[in-house]
Amino acid sequence: MIKVEGLTKRYARTVAVDDISFEVEKGQIVGFLGPNGAGKTTTMRVLTCFLPPTAGTATICGFDVLENPMEVKRRIGYLPETPPLYPEMEVIEYLTFVGQIKGISSADIKKRVDEVIGRCALGDVRAKLIGKLSKGFRQRVGLAQAIIHNPDVLILDEPTSGLDPKQIIEIRELLKALSGEHTIILSTHILSEVEQSCERVIIISEGKLVAQDSVANLTNRLRGSEAVSLEVEAADGHPNPTEVQGRLEQVSGVSRVMMKDSKGGRLTFEVESLQGRHIRAELARSVVNSGWNLSELRAVGLSLEDIFLQLTTVETKEDTKEEGGQK
Amino acid sequence: MRNTLLICKKELKSYFASPIAYLLMAFFGLLFGFAFFTATRDFVRFSFQAQMMGQQQPMNVNDQIIRPLLGFASTIALFLVPMISMRLIAEEKRTGTIELLLTSPIRDIEIIVGKWFAALALFICVLGMSMLDVAMLFAWGKPDLKPVLIAYLGLILQGACLLAIGTFISATTRNQIVAGGVTFFVCLLLWLLSWATAFDSSAVTQVINYISIVTHFENFSKGVLDSKDVVFYLSMIFFSLFITSRAMESLRWRS
Repeated sequence: MIKVEGLTKRYARTVAVDDISFEVEKGQIVGFLGPNGAGKTTTMRVLTCFLPPTAGTATICGFDVLENPMEVKRRIGYLPETPPLYPEMEVIEYLTFVGQIKGISSADIKKRVDEVIGRCALGDVRAKLIGKLSKGFRQRVGLAQAIIHNPDVLILDEPTSGLDPKQIIEIRELLKALSGEHTIILSTHILSEVEQSCERVIIISEGKLVAQDSVANLTNRLRGSEAVSLEVEAADGHPNPTEVQGRLEQVSGVSRVMMKDSKGGRLTFEVESLQGRHIRAELARSVVNSGWNLSELRAVGLSLEDIFLQLTTVETKEDTKEEGGQK
Repeated sequence: MRNTLLICKKELKSYFASPIAYLLMAFFGLLFGFAFFTATRDFVRFSFQAQMMGQQQPMNVNDQIIRPLLGFASTIALFLVPMISMRLIAEEKRTGTIELLLTSPIRDIEIIVGKWFAALALFICVLGMSMLDVAMLFAWGKPDLKPVLIAYLGLILQGACLLAIGTFISATTRNQIVAGGVTFFVCLLLWLLSWATAFDSSAVTQVINYISIVTHFENFSKGVLDSKDVVFYLSMIFFSLFITSRAMESLRWRS
């Protein structure tokens, strides 16, 4: 349905999107995840033919965004970060206008407008000026605008930003209801959002694709790299934190050691392993061999949040290394 | 075509949903009405004087009232145009609604022409306020209709041309005030260009004279319909709208 290959977008001074490739199947909901400024909006703007790519291709329903923009535009519904609303129009007037420029014939327009008004629960405000609506209603009008022509692909840029929790749940349910017939890409920087409503996640950071997988697989992958919490006691009651930390870091397969707590001669550390390495046994051996007591060793599950942080911060570490190397 | 009309309709609605359309019509109506009052009063006074002195100078409503008045209207148009055209595209860029238009299956040129057309329609409405006054001359006098119609055609063509330039300027910025200011400056500059050429006829000044949009209005105001002037206006409109579409395109590639 959506196929992106080697997509790159350069602005005058910065590279916003750097060689991203991914595919989305029909009917899927895909979450586009990344910190602010990662290139989510730029990628979406390329997909909607708002911006042309600097390099690479993007096709939607088999139509290229550069060669066949009209066909692409007919098949997408797009909700930008700020909903594109005309404050001086009434809701019903606005939806009719959008429906018409999206190519709905005058015979069908009334029916379609009534349908999306029902779907997005806008019945109470249909004759109100958009400028007088609350943020939540505006967001819903924005969503109604995106689905009015029943597009194959829905592209939503931060559809729940700035809404209160109740409205977020409403939007989320609306998206679920829509997912059967539409392919949906939604961007967000909120992880729980993706865990709740998406089947697949594409994580980008600083313009680069960091990971793409199903939500379930990604969570498994987190388990593949395990996080262990361990508590160390010294025989003499006064362990040296730096010494213990140094020793733990030397254990093979360990990627990160963080001291969490120290009280009463007990030190608590959280240790993360590299991908697919089991480090618990090694850790225990190392602690005991050094003459300390191991009072607790426990696996900690990583949440999507941790993975996300891991993926995106590892990225920056590498970057700084590269920069250091160049000097 | 359908899309152009849709955009035009939407633009007109937003002009009339805000006070701007009514304000422009009211101000223009007042200014023109005042000018009409003084011009007619002077005309009546002169014709009385001429009769009392026994002089049989021919008095002509067309030449002595309508022509200077419509010339005045063409000057006011220089002020009206920036106020009408400044929001056209700049406003959509600022609020982000341009994203809706540019991701809809309509072509850039349909958006631009639709918007320009709406601006022109409003301009004609504003200009229409002057017809109230002119109609009175027809009710109580016997002016020639043809030169009046030609002068109005000239006003509309000149306005259409300046509006097309204003549309282009509005497409290059997201700030309405900047768009309005620059358009106003350009309008004044085009007006001033005609001054430079008053007593000079070298090749350069002739070119400048040709570019100055107001000089082409002079023939219309005399009631002369010259195809040269019509072609000039139409080609200026075409050129301005064309560079507007280029500007929209470059917006995509650069931003």
